[in-house]
Amino acid sequence: MELFDNLALGFSVALSLQNILYCFLGVLLGTLIGVLPGLGPIATIAMLLPITFGLPPVSALIMLSGIYYGAQYGGSTTAILINLPGESSSVVTAIDGHQMARKGRAGAALATAALGSFFAGTVATFLLAVFAPPLADLALQFGPPEYFSLMVLGLIASVTLASGSVVKAIAMIVLGLLLGLSGQDIYTGAPRFTFDLPELSDGFDFVALAMGMFGISEIIRNLEDEHQRSLVAAKVKSLMLTKDEFKRIIGPVLRGTALGSFLGILPGGGAMLSSFASYSIEKKISKTPREFGRGAIEGVAGPESANNAGAQTSFIPMLTLGIPSNPVMALMIGALIIQGITPGPNVVTEKPDLFWGVIASMWIGNFMLVLLNLPLIGLWVRLLTVPYHVMFPAIIAFCCIGVYSVNNNTFDVYSMALFGVLGYALVKLDCEPAPLLLGFVIGPMLEEYLRRAMLISRGDPLVFVTRPISAILLGLALAALVVVLLPSVQKTREEAFKE
Amino acid sequence: MHIIRNPRDVLSGLLFIVLALLFAWQTQELPMGTAVRMGPGFFPLLLAILLGGLGLIVLVNGLRFPGEMPSGIAWRALGIITFAVLFFGFAVRPLGFLPALAISVFVSALASRKFHVVTAFAITAAMAVFAWGVFIKGLGLPLPLLGPWLGGY
Repeated sequence: MELFDNLALGFSVALSLQNILYCFLGVLLGTLIGVLPGLGPIATIAMLLPITFGLPPVSALIMLSGIYYGAQYGGSTTAILINLPGESSSVVTAIDGHQMARKGRAGAALATAALGSFFAGTVATFLLAVFAPPLADLALQFGPPEYFSLMVLGLIASVTLASGSVVKAIAMIVLGLLLGLSGQDIYTGAPRFTFDLPELSDGFDFVALAMGMFGISEIIRNLEDEHQRSLVAAKVKSLMLTKDEFKRIIGPVLRGTALGSFLGILPGGGAMLSSFASYSIEKKISKTPREFGRGAIEGVAGPESANNAGAQTSFIPMLTLGIPSNPVMALMIGALIIQGITPGPNVVTEKPDLFWGVIASMWIGNFMLVLLNLPLIGLWVRLLTVPYHVMFPAIIAFCCIGVYSVNNNTFDVYSMALFGVLGYALVKLDCEPAPLLLGFVIGPMLEEYLRRAMLISRGDPLVFVTRPISAILLGLALAALVVVLLPSVQKTREEAFKE
Repeated sequence: MHIIRNPRDVLSGLLFIVLALLFAWQTQELPMGTAVRMGPGFFPLLLAILLGGLGLIVLVNGLRFPGEMPSGIAWRALGIITFAVLFFGFAVRPLGFLPALAISVFVSALASRKFHVVTAFAITAAMAVFAWGVFIKGLGLPLPLLGPWLGGY
């Protein structure tokens, strides 16, 4: 069996002492930021990118992925214990999880979250191992027009699945694409959007943009309203589930895993959408929907499984096609590019140790998280007592050191400040910065494929619709756009995100 | 207030249009090329036109449908934190890594309304020690601790 050979290779890479260490470091940091509100995975991964440049690519990616799925675990702990979701993906967990905690079932809720996540993580990792290689094979047959259409589909889909105004989100993508094109043109060497600054000849720095938009501006936003957190943590008695509770969570865990695995693959999907979708499904099919919001264990089991499954399967398009399905994956692609690896279908065949090593490490990381989280809950809760006004100057220090150390260039520090201000302004105007980051990463690729496609078609734009795969992809993009702009869908969308 | 129904949309529409014009103006010096052999200016100009168009839609929507003013802007935090970051960039070479970092951390602590001198000094000291231990000793970043202005190299 080739799959088992490959997995064996993966485990041999992931189980090396160094990689276990980075995996542990990743999930530990991930849990930490998951617990702390106001510090998300995007900002943390951006901050830690410079540190990973010195590591081998496998270790770097293992650590960064650990941060991402670790954050999903950590976010649920605080959601249950003190009704304070550390991550957006655990917002729905807080609804029923905290009610359970108030009824003295905090331990059961935490155990449900951990078990559901672990089960979902295992299944999703397996799906990744099974489905990624054939998908990569398929992608190898893609020519420039297919890639162009695929990227358009990815960008459009990421917008339609996000919250807020669709037109604004598309505008943010276009702005991101434009910013991504800055620097020397790859074919002619002509400087573009450099404003006659020699520092911009390589374009805007990716780390500076990510840290400014998601680190600095997030801090400013958190400082708007500094309220005292009420810290009434529920006591954790027993982590054991009763027989009846165990029976009740099996269905939601299975459904959440399936739903999350599917939504995670879609561009724009991932953890947050999966958990919201799972919660509403469980509520709809439940025989006792009135229990939801009053401590229904199904409302913890489903979303927690779904968000972890979604977090894992969102790696599939990134590792096989080189296309990010959410901003965290965009950062991973940025990390790979800086490491000198072009993400795409070739990674599976040319860098099997990287590909399978990362997959194997996910399972190991999920296992570590169960061990790490349940016994250490007391420690995580205590961390919450660190007030924000003590924490944020440290985050700023990390951002400054991080962005400066990439190129030893003060210009990058100034651009980070600029992107911080721009990011804050955009947030205040209800423009989500996440699509901009996607556009920024995809911009250069999109242009290259467009130019190559036009070259092979001798300037005929019909090439995108006469080639079947490309036509289907563009058709899907158009359909997604039309559906989301229908007034009736728009209304339910608003309600869905309000819930 | 009668014409502008949704200030957030009107402002973001205007912002998109201004940025689109800026980018479009920047592409003017670049060769456009033809559809077969696109020059460096072709795709950016296309995107800039698209951005301008989208900005116009957002602007018009903002004039038609009601919405709220952007609220609760943290001017103090915005100013202080931007200054702290810019200061780090300005000072890291002439003053050196540690003094630049310490001053930036202390200044950014001022952005909180819960600022307290003792805690601010404590955070500054802790961060300086931590950064020295992790980034200089641990990761071996080649950053001079003290810059030429303070007698370093």
